[in-house]
Amino acid sequence: MILAATGPEIAFWGFAVVAGIAGFFVVGSRNVVHAALYLVGVLGSVGAIYIVLGAEFVGWVQILIYVGAIVVLLLFGIMLTKAPIGGVALDNNQRPVAFIVAATTFGGLTWIIWRTFGGTRIRLSPTRTAQIGNSLFTHFVLPFEAVSVLLLAALVGAIVLARRD
Amino acid sequence: MTEHAYLIPILPLAAFFLIIAFGKRLPLKGPEIGIVAVSISFIMSVGIIAKFVGAHGAEHAREISTRWFPFGSGAHLQIGMKIDGLTAVMFIVVTTVSLLVQIYSIGYMKGEVRYTWFFAALSLFTGSMLTLVIANNLLMMLIGWELVGICSYLLIGHYWEEKANSNAAIKAFITTKTGDVPFLIGIFVLFAGTHTFNINAIYHKVAVGDVSHATLTAAAILLFGGAIGKSGQFPLHVWLPDAMAGPTPVSALIHAATMVTAGVFLVARLFPVFAASPEALNEVALIGAFTMLFAALIAMVQDDIKRVLAYSTVSQLAYMMAALGVGAREAAVFHLFTHAFFKALLFLGAGSVIHAAHSNSMRDMGGLRKLMPTTYATFLIATLALSGIPPFAGFWSKDEILTEAFRAGQHGPTHIVGYIVYVFGAITAFLTAFYMMRAFQMTFMGKYRGEAHPHESPRVMTGPLVILGALSVVAGFVGIPGLKSGFGSWLALGEHEVESANYLLIVVSVLLAGGGLVLGSRVYRTYAEVDPLERLGWFHKVLVNKFYIDEFYMAAIVRPIRDRVSRATLWINQNVLDGAVNGAAAVAKISGDGLYDQLDQKVVDGAINGIGITARATGGVLKYLQSGDVQKYAAYLFAGIVILAVLFTRFA
Amino acid sequence: MNLAWPLTLGALLFSIGVYGVLARRNAVLVLMSIELMLNAVNVNLVAFSTWIRETIAIGQIFALFVITIAAAEVGIGLAIVLLIFRNRETINIDEIDLLKW
Repeated sequence: MILAATGPEIAFWGFAVVAGIAGFFVVGSRNVVHAALYLVGVLGSVGAIYIVLGAEFVGWVQILIYVGAIVVLLLFGIMLTKAPIGGVALDNNQRPVAFIVAATTFGGLTWIIWRTFGGTRIRLSPTRTAQIGNSLFTHFVLPFEAVSVLLLAALVGAIVLARRD
Repeated sequence: MTEHAYLIPILPLAAFFLIIAFGKRLPLKGPEIGIVAVSISFIMSVGIIAKFVGAHGAEHAREISTRWFPFGSGAHLQIGMKIDGLTAVMFIVVTTVSLLVQIYSIGYMKGEVRYTWFFAALSLFTGSMLTLVIANNLLMMLIGWELVGICSYLLIGHYWEEKANSNAAIKAFITTKTGDVPFLIGIFVLFAGTHTFNINAIYHKVAVGDVSHATLTAAAILLFGGAIGKSGQFPLHVWLPDAMAGPTPVSALIHAATMVTAGVFLVARLFPVFAASPEALNEVALIGAFTMLFAALIAMVQDDIKRVLAYSTVSQLAYMMAALGVGAREAAVFHLFTHAFFKALLFLGAGSVIHAAHSNSMRDMGGLRKLMPTTYATFLIATLALSGIPPFAGFWSKDEILTEAFRAGQHGPTHIVGYIVYVFGAITAFLTAFYMMRAFQMTFMGKYRGEAHPHESPRVMTGPLVILGALSVVAGFVGIPGLKSGFGSWLALGEHEVESANYLLIVVSVLLAGGGLVLGSRVYRTYAEVDPLERLGWFHKVLVNKFYIDEFYMAAIVRPIRDRVSRATLWINQNVLDGAVNGAAAVAKISGDGLYDQLDQKVVDGAINGIGITARATGGVLKYLQSGDVQKYAAYLFAGIVILAVLFTRFA
Repeated sequence: MNLAWPLTLGALLFSIGVYGVLARRNAVLVLMSIELMLNAVNVNLVAFSTWIRETIAIGQIFALFVITIAAAEVGIGLAIVLLIFRNRETINIDEIDLLKW
């Protein structure tokens, strides 16, 4: 299987491994800031995987918004809440339960996925950004506007919630 | 324009929400939104009626509708609009009066409580009425109908801090609701007969004779019950005079455009249903004939200027009902059209006077002619119009009703009904002129008797008066008898016959109206502390007490339910139930004493305590599940999902 | 490439997210785990979009919407966390158990 791999497949594997390992560190790290940095690793790799899968625009949006904005927001959150950096336990006492549930979820999902899509091949070819734009502003104009209103509401809501008065 | 007529009701309805949301932050605190909305509606209404003017109305009628939701087997409810001459005329009436009332209210309601809310409610009121008017099916009409009812409740009770006002609002609501019950049943009866709520479909079914005569008669009489309630016809007229508790602009809106005309509109809209049943039509005609005279008599002796106008509204609505009853649908709507303008004018004029004199009673007024020249002049126009003096608007419509009634007496299916309507109508015309002149004399002539310092109202209030005054003069010209494409042809359902004028009847009605005016001004030229009408003796007393209808309802309906039933239940409670209970208790005590020691103490208590202890112990354990820790909950949730997913894949 | 591999990656990220949501006590870390779960969904959407290859690229568009909504969610979530921190001096979720018996 490895021998038959093409360039994009090798790239996919590489990024997938990075994303998986970084993911484990996000939930396993004893330091909040480190966890956030591992999150950058996961999100960046996933963005790269989007690009490998042909979704160039989504990939760059992923990197811009997630890495550029959301992780920065999270870091601000860590900073403002003076979260203990190292030392104090970051996990609660139901780790075994959590692990069993997560493992079962993963097992179940993987089993179903392979049973259903095990033999399905996909052909990788890029989707042009122009195509995304066309689709977004013709077929999905209404959801697009709705999302913009949602963002505005979230903006107002966040300000109202976090404001000191 | 017609395709977008749905905007006409939607704009005021939208204005309602906008005023509530933003009204208080605007420079005028709300009215501007409602006025802009209803102005656009008004302009659109003009555009729509322009299609019907001078044309054969039935050709321009449109119905646009869409499915709303299905129900039952195969039936579905529509949401849609039916634009014909009747709708167009109602649009004009409602938007014009509403627009002017809202402008007027800026001045009248200045500094009053809940100012912004008041304008929001006015917008909702207007929008509801327009919904009722535009509806192409009975259920949508019912929605508008009930919305109108609730708005009138809100507005009549605007000053709810005073118990009397909130009582008046409740009375209005319950009384009209009494009529709404038969109305609702009538809609269902009609549906049972025609299997549709759509008005055009009902027309069609009735026209081809698909529906049995009995069903139509039952439906028409039940539907008329709703019209009686909303339009304040005897015996459900009692709420209308009490509705004066609301602010005066509201009275103008209720009486001229939005509330009471709904009943007349309903009968006019479903006229083919009524026309198919002579019995129902005769009922409409007779109730109308009786109410018009009945209300006019009461109006003669009222001292509260708004009550005079209220009874006058009851009487004039009865005119319309009677006209519908003798088959003169066009004449009835014509009277509705002209009446809206001068009745709104009368109420707004009265409001202006009340605003200045700080009193509702005409005994505290007088001599306002010099002090309030604009109000005086416009009120005079309205008085003449209501009395039916040519060439003012009321003359043309009232005369047409009388002519049609007389013609129904000559050629109609039941001659006697036509003649009864004519005779009652003629007497009422005389009385109307008389009591309007009385009110006019007491308010504007003679010397000022009150304590306040009256002065003319601000421009924003007199402006609407002047516009309505102009309309009260000219509105009648569209329906001059013999006019080929006059008012009647706008809203004719089929072929419209041009009726020639009956000059003898015209002369008679003008003489009656003139006689009433002359007599009124003679009797009340000089103000007398004792009303000259008191010479009528006991009859005067009956009139002042409004034929004791309120007292009758109180004694016959309210008190029996409230007092007798409660006293009866008390008696039953004291003697029957208590006796039984006491007896049972005595028996129980004797046997209980014996049982107590053995059964209760040992077996029952043991069982009860056992259950209690078990429940407590279980609860004590289970409460730890309710830890307040959301992550625990999330863990249960995910575990449950996983288990369910496994079960589904294994067994499904 | 086999479609199942990106989907398996999605499943892995999702499970990691589930673990994080259940086991972490710091609210910010819980938010991060939620981001992981949202990303897992996006991986699936993009993978299916590549498989189905329709012209309007619904899968990718929806991935974009999910990203946008995730941004809004993080904003609101952090505001709430901040508010809780200000009122209770802690953002440890197991200490915030007001909904208790």
